[in-house]
Amino acid sequence: MLVDKITVNLKINGLATELRVPPQKTLLEALREEAGLTGTKHGCELGECGACTVLINGSPQLSCLVLAAACDGAEVLTIEGLANGPELHPLQSAFAELGAAQCGYCTPGVLLAAAALLVRNPSPTRDEIRQALSGNLCRCTGYLQIWNAVERAAEQLRTR
Amino acid sequence: MSEGHRIIGRNLRKIDAIDKVTGRTRYADDVVLPRMLYCKLLRSPVAHANIKRIDLSGALAQEGVVAAISGETMPTAYGILPVSEDEHALCIDKVRFIGDPVAAVAAETEHAAELALDAIELELEPLETIGSVEKAINTPEPRIHPGNRRGNIHKLVSLEFGDIEQAFAEADHVEEGLFHYGGNTHLAMEQHAAVADWSPDGRLTLWSSTQTPHYVHRVLAKVLDLPAAQVRVIATPNGGGFGGKTDPFNHELAVCKLAMLTGRPVKICLTREEVFYCHRGRHATLIQARTAVKRDGTITGMHFRTLLDGGAYGSYGVASTFYTGALQTVTYEVPHYRFDGGRLFTNKPPCGPKRGHGTPQPRFALEIQLDRIAAALRIDPADLRLQQIQPANSLTSNYLRIGSIGLAKCIKTVVEASGWRERYGKLERGRGLGLACSSYLSGAGLPIYWNEMPHSAATVKLDRGGGVTVFCGSTDVGQGSDSVLAFVVAEELGIDPYQIRVVTADTDLTPVDLGSYSSRVTVMTGHATRQAAAAARERVRSGVAEKLAVSGEQITFADGKVRVAEKGIELAFAEAVAIAEARHGTIVTSGSYKPPETAGKFKGAGVGPSPAYSYSAGIVEVEVDEQTGFVTPIKVWMAHDIGQAINRSAVIGQVEGSVYMGLGEALMEEMVYREKRNLVHKIPSMLEYKSLTSLEMCEVETFLIEDPDPNGPYGAKEVGQGPLLPMPPAIANAVYDAVGVRVDMVPVTPSRVMAALDAAARGKAPRHGPERMPQVSWPEPTRVTPPWAGGDGHAQRPGSGKQAS
Repeated sequence: MLVDKITVNLKINGLATELRVPPQKTLLEALREEAGLTGTKHGCELGECGACTVLINGSPQLSCLVLAAACDGAEVLTIEGLANGPELHPLQSAFAELGAAQCGYCTPGVLLAAAALLVRNPSPTRDEIRQALSGNLCRCTGYLQIWNAVERAAEQLRTR
Repeated sequence: MSEGHRIIGRNLRKIDAIDKVTGRTRYADDVVLPRMLYCKLLRSPVAHANIKRIDLSGALAQEGVVAAISGETMPTAYGILPVSEDEHALCIDKVRFIGDPVAAVAAETEHAAELALDAIELELEPLETIGSVEKAINTPEPRIHPGNRRGNIHKLVSLEFGDIEQAFAEADHVEEGLFHYGGNTHLAMEQHAAVADWSPDGRLTLWSSTQTPHYVHRVLAKVLDLPAAQVRVIATPNGGGFGGKTDPFNHELAVCKLAMLTGRPVKICLTREEVFYCHRGRHATLIQARTAVKRDGTITGMHFRTLLDGGAYGSYGVASTFYTGALQTVTYEVPHYRFDGGRLFTNKPPCGPKRGHGTPQPRFALEIQLDRIAAALRIDPADLRLQQIQPANSLTSNYLRIGSIGLAKCIKTVVEASGWRERYGKLERGRGLGLACSSYLSGAGLPIYWNEMPHSAATVKLDRGGGVTVFCGSTDVGQGSDSVLAFVVAEELGIDPYQIRVVTADTDLTPVDLGSYSSRVTVMTGHATRQAAAAARERVRSGVAEKLAVSGEQITFADGKVRVAEKGIELAFAEAVAIAEARHGTIVTSGSYKPPETAGKFKGAGVGPSPAYSYSAGIVEVEVDEQTGFVTPIKVWMAHDIGQAINRSAVIGQVEGSVYMGLGEALMEEMVYREKRNLVHKIPSMLEYKSLTSLEMCEVETFLIEDPDPNGPYGAKEVGQGPLLPMPPAIANAVYDAVGVRVDMVPVTPSRVMAALDAAARGKAPRHGPERMPQVSWPEPTRVTPPWAGGDGHAQRPGSGKQAS
């Protein structure tokens, strides 16, 4: 059965945004299909892979498990908002330089999970990085270049 | 950085890396067209059945539904290999596994399409299901494919090089064993997606997450009955492939047909569960291996038998079958070799090529067997291998032409780095080290369909503004092939790789490359691109030489400049191009590549040949918990003979990714079906199909061994698949070193380790693995005299050799 759309107000990447979405739509679907922000990916839509990770009020969340309607009034950060205008976030530069993105499909989710980690812990150990990224599957890299890139970005953020 | 090269061999950012870290890369599901409809497929809920009736009228009556189709709209059979064209876009007479597509719906929204599937009436007449290779052998009827010649046996092959009986008779020691390699899947992060657009002038465009746009192009033209010239296939950047996106798929055909019928663009994105049904992954394989050696460990002969659980369709299966017997000979010298392989049809999702295609299964058996031989003869496992490495520039007994081989250096490197000599066999109980080696193709020597055209081609266009564009049919699946094109062109033209535009994987715009499979891209597109770029450079050189009245040899290309040092002249690259364009007209050049002719001339010689073989040696250290059977990898040392790295960090990324995937196969990844519940897939989800997370992955120390191959561009060989192969046997060998038991099965799960420990505790053989090989009537082998015995690559005439045993 097709039902009427509802209105959801979000602050997406700093921009106040009003979306009209069917009530059963997840935040993932609202971002990709209604807001046109296709940088957020999906690998399962069941909360298993972490590809759809975004930051909701600063906390990493699986956007496939959250209804858009439940996010009314929230601040959402997606991969499109991670860079500061034309200037890449140090995580983005480190991922690009160190080969941490191969196919790139898990990358937006990993970057946002890592960004949240570095906010709460600017000097994470390797094990803390592994723990923070344990909900984000990557099938290409074997994670090693990702860990290296997070370490390099943390160092750059600390010495800024 | 390698000698004499400016770009090749450096650590460079991939040219698409910025797009990937900013979310700008457009994957197939990111393609949105105006007026687009959404497609969903109705899949069979029964593993094996005749289709009695499909009624689409209920779906068509639903709100938002625009079209619904079933199998009779696309009656032409297809399949990736011309020898097994056994698939239909939508099933016509019968369904062959749970998940086999029978109908497709296009609707205004994805939700409406999904709801409409429930309104389709599908009446099935269930048939007996075939769930194992043994049952397939012993149950010729009902046939999963009624047209198949031998019941449910898809393929049987048998090849003998030399005299295997003599080799075993002369041996001092024979190892014989049974092994099982579990089936597993690619689990690429991106779910398959496709968008089709039909224009009333008869043009069809498909965007798809495919590794093989050229083969999809051919199948679309054939099944949809369109001139190939009217069909355009664009492979979007793949969110991972690993072989899982190399077949033409039902959903690709369905969206095309629905777009043609509705006149509107149609998109599909498979659910993760559906991706498990598409599968085409690693064949579960039962292996019987016999290796004969002299007292000093020298191999005199090998006899391998493999039985592959093929699933419901042919796919690449005939090639997969040959691959389970092809590469045993390329690492160590094997003077006498026999291989019998069989592939069976079962009512499961079809198997096909996954990273290593058919070779990890026998490699698992071979490398464990060498470990056992080393133990029996009291020879160090590293030395046993080092003493009999296949020589460089040689022909193997099955006529594979080896160029460079850095395997000895690989073994010595990981032995040294891991402290093998001091630690192997000497760690405390519960800790162990395991060694294994492998080799893989740098591209298949023959195309999938017989033709004499190039396997890869590229064109390079120079713009008078200094812009350079390279066009090539290759598909970036995350391995970095777009970057390889840019780096090769940059090397040849002496310019910045980030100024180069790369246009790939678009059948309207790019010359054919056969696809991103068999680790063929760096070698084959590398040659084609280098040739095209060098031709463009020579065009510029001659234009500049003429204009400046200097000899061409005086002109150098580097740092974005074209210089005549003797005259103190320095031109910007753009200026030089403008001069050459004035002289020659617009500069567009091309290059193409075809592998060398294969040495084997016998039937079956087509699988195995490659322009070059990569080599890997890996050592893993594990901890085994004897209370739980849990195996924890502590560290991996992996040395890979890459020939020559094009981009070091990308090569290391491929090695690490291969190690990771190999560890996953070794320890946990497995496709499991409920045998007693109609062969339903037990775990079609990313949660329950276990793969290594960031917490389970261990540190990897990678060593690149650069032994340039004469057949590689700049000497380069493959890296994307080879380093996976040592991991499963290395894990099994390490478990043996840790706790003294053998697990002859992949994955090496805790329960299997416990079973082996229990067997040991009860005084039985300290092993867990398969116990018997089903009886098969193997065909009379094709007998070939090996090159060392004066053979010419042709099969012996029937009856001229010995009779079959």
